[in-house]
Amino acid sequence: MLTIDAATREAIIAHARADHPDEACGVVAGPVGSDQPLRLIPMANAARSTTFYEFDSMDLLKLYREMDDRDEVPVIVYHSHTATEAYPSRTDVSYASEPDAHYVLVSTREPDEVEFRSFRIVEGEVTEEPVTVVTSYD
Amino acid sequence: MAVEVRIPTILRQYTDGEKAVNGEGKTLDELFDDLESRHAGLRARLVDENGLRRFVNVYLNDEDVRFLGGLTTELKDGDSVTVLPAVAGG
Repeated sequence: MLTIDAATREAIIAHARADHPDEACGVVAGPVGSDQPLRLIPMANAARSTTFYEFDSMDLLKLYREMDDRDEVPVIVYHSHTATEAYPSRTDVSYASEPDAHYVLVSTREPDEVEFRSFRIVEGEVTEEPVTVVTSYD
Repeated sequence: MAVEVRIPTILRQYTDGEKAVNGEGKTLDELFDDLESRHAGLRARLVDENGLRRFVNVYLNDEDVRFLGGLTTELKDGDSVTVLPAVAGG
């Protein structure tokens, strides 16, 4: 199960809407072992594409160094689908490389409808999980 | 000629869970061979028949080795190599 605060969830959706029709992507970092997505880090989609996303290689290095220094891990790795459902594509599954992360998918195909779903992707296996939205983590 | 290599979570199955391991080599290619001798299976996750795998990023200190010399990038004592899988999808 993913537990996420309402403000972070809203910010992810807003990022996805802002970058539409390109795919938006980012990370929500949290302390090692906490499973709490605390620090939203929107990333640039280096692919600038409606059907693909990729973190820029130097941004990626900087992000992981920073998380390492702060004893954080990527609790959530999120991206948007802009014309299809909020479900991991085959490409998403083949590149998924954080077995401990919650993979959040947002679809912006409908301007008035929010699709926000969370998945585990481990060794090619996709498992959807419930999302619990809280006002704060305490 | 020791080089520290930082290993991402998904590849720590090859390093007994270690976040960083040491290796040796005059080039990245030699370093990966050296690592393979103690961490069998690691090399194939980094390199294929065409060179560095497309969705694995390897950095020498602060630079992406794709912009240096790829597998032929020369290393020196005290260098730090970081491996990070690309965060990408469709």
